[in-house]
Amino acid sequence: MADLGCTIAGIESINPFWLASAPPTDKKYNVERAFQAGWGGVVWKTLGADPPVINVTSRYGAHHDATRGLIGINNIELISDRPLKTNLDEIRATRKEWPDRVIIGSMMAPVEKEAWQSLAVQIAEAGVHGLELNLGCPHGMCERGMGSAIGQVPEMVEQTTAWVKEVVNIPVFTKLTPNITNILWSAEAAAQGKADAVALINTVNSIISVDLDTMAPEPTVDGRGTHGGYCGAAVKPIALNMIAEIARAPETQSLDISGIGGITNWRDAAEFISLGANAVQVCTAAMLFGFRIVDDMIDGLSGWMDTQGYRQVADFTGAAVKNVVDWNDLNMNYDLKARIDPEKCIECGRCFIACEDTSHQAITITEQTDGHRRFDVVDEECVGCNLCYHVCPVPGCIEMEAVDTDRPYMTWPEHPLNPVKDAG
Amino acid sequence: MDKPVRPGLDARQLAENFSDIHPPLGDFQAKAAAAECLYCYDAPCTRACPTAIDIPTFIHKISTGNPVGAARTILAENILGGTCARACPTEVLCEEACVRNKAEGEPVEIGRLQRYAVDHLIDRPTDHHPFSRNLATGKKVAVIGAGPAGLACAHRLAMLGHEVDIYEAMPKPGGLNEYGLAAYKMTNDFAQREVEFVLGIGNIDIHYGVSLGDSMPLSALRKSHDAVFIGIGLSGSNDLNLNETTLNGVEDALSFIERLRQSPDEVAATIPDRVLVIGGGNTAIDAAVQARKLGASDVTLCYRRGRDEMSATRWEQDLALKNDVKMVLWASPDEILGNHQVEAVVFERTSLGSDGQLISTGERFDIPADLVLTAIGQKLNSTALGDLDVAKGKITISETYETSIAGIFAGGDCTSTGQDLTVQAVQDGKRAAHAIDAYLKG
Repeated sequence: MADLGCTIAGIESINPFWLASAPPTDKKYNVERAFQAGWGGVVWKTLGADPPVINVTSRYGAHHDATRGLIGINNIELISDRPLKTNLDEIRATRKEWPDRVIIGSMMAPVEKEAWQSLAVQIAEAGVHGLELNLGCPHGMCERGMGSAIGQVPEMVEQTTAWVKEVVNIPVFTKLTPNITNILWSAEAAAQGKADAVALINTVNSIISVDLDTMAPEPTVDGRGTHGGYCGAAVKPIALNMIAEIARAPETQSLDISGIGGITNWRDAAEFISLGANAVQVCTAAMLFGFRIVDDMIDGLSGWMDTQGYRQVADFTGAAVKNVVDWNDLNMNYDLKARIDPEKCIECGRCFIACEDTSHQAITITEQTDGHRRFDVVDEECVGCNLCYHVCPVPGCIEMEAVDTDRPYMTWPEHPLNPVKDAG
Repeated sequence: MDKPVRPGLDARQLAENFSDIHPPLGDFQAKAAAAECLYCYDAPCTRACPTAIDIPTFIHKISTGNPVGAARTILAENILGGTCARACPTEVLCEEACVRNKAEGEPVEIGRLQRYAVDHLIDRPTDHHPFSRNLATGKKVAVIGAGPAGLACAHRLAMLGHEVDIYEAMPKPGGLNEYGLAAYKMTNDFAQREVEFVLGIGNIDIHYGVSLGDSMPLSALRKSHDAVFIGIGLSGSNDLNLNETTLNGVEDALSFIERLRQSPDEVAATIPDRVLVIGGGNTAIDAAVQARKLGASDVTLCYRRGRDEMSATRWEQDLALKNDVKMVLWASPDEILGNHQVEAVVFERTSLGSDGQLISTGERFDIPADLVLTAIGQKLNSTALGDLDVAKGKITISETYETSIAGIFAGGDCTSTGQDLTVQAVQDGKRAAHAIDAYLKG
């Protein structure tokens, strides 16, 4: 059976599944339940200098699908609202009782050297394996000059990272906000500040819904609302892209990456790791279903690794990075055509209407003598876009078949129809 | 125990026996059921519906929390969508065609979702009628029969701006919806509530207790109105052609259902223990199941062929078996025994001959019974139709629902447009209304 052990920023973990800094890791009680369930580590809920913050109610908004499944949630909760000493005492006790599990201390402070350094030292002394600098929260704390207010300014990302590195000798993770124009600027700043790893993404700034009766954004606090941090399955694609950018850019590719953002199951985790994450952090999925979800993550991932012949997580860490390229590096001569299997087709017509109304009118319906309908692809019209393949509700009914064009790999910069070909 | 309606059956148990056979879906159940729909394009379910309701669209509207919009989508094609949701044999129509059958072996619960949507609209008395009338044309149309075909025709005619007089022989409107469907499919006086909803369009007058005949000849209606629509159904019942008319305790199944729909307590108090139903259609099942629910302890359904040949759907047949109705197949009634009061029916055992014809094996047996219900089909009562062309027991109509007399149209069970189903009658009434509109516009 595959070994799920992994190393990130020099820290060894029994598996790559950590809980992210958030309500699930607010206190010893929750963290112990998480460790009992099998999580390899936790990033303790973000600590600040006393006095502790005071939270409002309500705190969470929800993005449901048609069947009340949660696509994502957003929150306006602040950092830990318990005294620093209480948290540090509990961290110490938990470290002692769970020696094989990782505890990372998350922290935030205003942009003052003394504030960062004194808090970092206090948390490090509680025995954490590493520190995570929360430069990402897009609500509340940013209005006090912390969280994303720092993370959105690369110079401050570098500065705060360097301040902390100066005073501790444990690994430092700089946690990045996705609420920026180019993630590489923040990641490069973290590297300049000598971060051991980056952790991303923090939540996406958002208004998740509007209560149409009260005309207020949700979550609503006494009739009014504010923007909050969006997380859950919906943000996974944003996170994957940012991680891949960091993993493939020469300036940042030496950073270890703690992948965060909508990881719900082992498959999601494998995708993050394949794009360069050395381990992952989970929050929303646990908040929706409890810590028990790690059970499937553990045996799902190791089962998949067995079928692939990967003996340890490092065997496939970053394995997909080489295949992430710029659009200009794609092969213009590659050609796909959709193929609809009439045996598997249930005649829902979804491929037809999607293609007819919104694509290339490449699917025809033929009435059969027995009252059934047959759906066929017109190769001359099909551009191989995948839309029908995605909307088809039957797995394996529509396949995309590569056409043997007998033409060489040719990128757009090399393409004869590119008007700026020679200029390039 | 309350005062028994009959020995061993009190009022509470009787009410429970006749409670909704498909209880309505709650909001959460409806959302879950709606989520099963794939939102097919040119959907097989819609193609299988005689009224062509845009089923994926109405289910999508349920899933988005827009049940009134869903109801409007249904009712735009089928103004009696509430009855059809309850009484349609969906297992051989929309739900049989559902693509989920091929994908997962179970269809979307289209009938129950339709009921959820329509009930949502009909049960909200503050809502105004969802359809409006065109500018008045000044034309007046007579509709004969306030059953599904007549009501659907009248409603669409009113929408198109015409005035409508409905002439109904019975004291209540609804036709078979009120008098002929099993009570457990139409609980809570739904047929009447639905008619009230249909009449909400306005400009429809119903005249009760009048039927075609000497006092109201077809020719007079044709003169007093700009057009006439006949939706009289099949009010006659086929005979066994035995000695049934001379004995007490032999009754047409539809008249039995009519009696119990109007006063179930009374029928429960008087129904004997041994009931024999003859026939293989949905009416035979309705009669047999309801006889059991009324307290008859020994109910037998006899049919001259096998289950595969029954016109009752498999779901209906199973319902009978679930209610402990005994099924005697390949048995053809030959003689009714009794002296004033029926005592038994003698059957001949049948089988299929080599040419596929039904033949008697010569074996005879009898089944004792105190009440014999005949459900061997309905027939057109053509006595008051005058010179109207009738062929093979149905009023002859053109593709535009016009009879052999100009300006007189017909639809529903009294014509042969499709299966004798409520949903087909609604489609006939609706399409005939458009044909009448075109006729009136010359």
